[in-house]
Amino acid sequence: MSKAPSKVTVATVWLDGCSGCHMSLLDMDERLIEIAKAVDIVYSPLVDRKTKDYPEMVDVAIVEGAISSSEDIEKIHMIRAHSRILVALGDCAVAGNVPTMRNPYLVKDIESRAYIENVNVQPQVPDQVVPKLLPFVRPIHEVVPVDVFVQGCPPSADTIYFVLSELVAGRTPDLTQRTRPGA
Amino acid sequence: MATAVRSRIRTLKIDGRDVSAREDETILELAEENGIFIPTLCRIEGLSLVGACRLCLVEVAGMNKLVPACLTYATEGMEVFTDSERLRNYRRMILELLFSEGNHICAICVSNGKCELQALAQRLGMDHVRFANLQQERLVDMTHERFVVDRNRCILCARCVRVCDEIEWAHTWDIKGRGVDARVITDLDTPWGESDTCTSCGKCVRVCPVGAIVEKGRAVGEMAKRHDFLPHLAKMREAKK
Repeated sequence: MSKAPSKVTVATVWLDGCSGCHMSLLDMDERLIEIAKAVDIVYSPLVDRKTKDYPEMVDVAIVEGAISSSEDIEKIHMIRAHSRILVALGDCAVAGNVPTMRNPYLVKDIESRAYIENVNVQPQVPDQVVPKLLPFVRPIHEVVPVDVFVQGCPPSADTIYFVLSELVAGRTPDLTQRTRPGA
Repeated sequence: MATAVRSRIRTLKIDGRDVSAREDETILELAEENGIFIPTLCRIEGLSLVGACRLCLVEVAGMNKLVPACLTYATEGMEVFTDSERLRNYRRMILELLFSEGNHICAICVSNGKCELQALAQRLGMDHVRFANLQQERLVDMTHERFVVDRNRCILCARCVRVCDEIEWAHTWDIKGRGVDARVITDLDTPWGESDTCTSCGKCVRVCPVGAIVEKGRAVGEMAKRHDFLPHLAKMREAKK
């Protein structure tokens, strides 16, 4: 197995989102084959990871989802530190979107609703394993700098293909007329 | 002896182009007539002008401040600039501030794909909002039999207030509070469903540029609106006065 050294390394990450953006990525259909010739997926929920941990440095990190928990904060700082280009993929990553609908409520009320009021067996708020919710769900750029914003819920496969093609070609994709919030 | 005739035509320049305007014509109308795009959200043909959204701000040679094109009339020799780095920055900032004040999650809005705010955000290249959301508490009123007002989506353009007052002559709508506390209200901030002035005509729904005032029972992206009735009704009202 020879690996062309010129391939662009890509990581995809799933934070507080519904995975719809990852589904849209797969929706590129046969174009995935073309993309696969130019990129090497080194970290992603979609593939068997070649490394368990995030690589020392990847060229492009594509992040789906908003920042909702203490774990998301840790992850996004780690990703930013180890990625050359950070792409916020989809409205949750770009603007918070659907996950922000919990923002008007207190975390303790949300936890109580999920873990106590609607539960028949052993009602209790978990204090381990499950990451702590932050008071507010926030878009990625409020935590770390983002290089490319890809709006859409989810962004279309065409849009994602365009983003990847441009990045592989070493250009910054201009998305202004290609997608919009809620697209 | 011939008397001097005062010309009602003004000649001026917009973006370097020589144009002529009637004396009662605004810069915004003149620009549209000449195919020059100036963004606006509060202006709507058939209603009075308020200059609420500030998106149509333009530069005029010799003036330090920016002026709203919708409320500025053409004068002789005026030089107007509608597109500059400074204006683009301000317009984008205004849009972002509107988004940060409320809940403008397009993906779950009945007006998704049919919204003037969303369309403008795309047209002006707003790819993200730099300002943190204010997380304000704004009430949704579902007491009306047929309509809903979701104040989280309101951009305070005051189209509802104007159409209700100027066309329907009911004046159910108003704006209460100032700055970030401003809210659209019905009657004396009482539930819409209990209003004794509202005629349930639905004109406020038709003119609302976003998903703030909508019909009940609509799902995401279903709330199409038309306000082509407005110029005609405005003329009829004018004739009646």
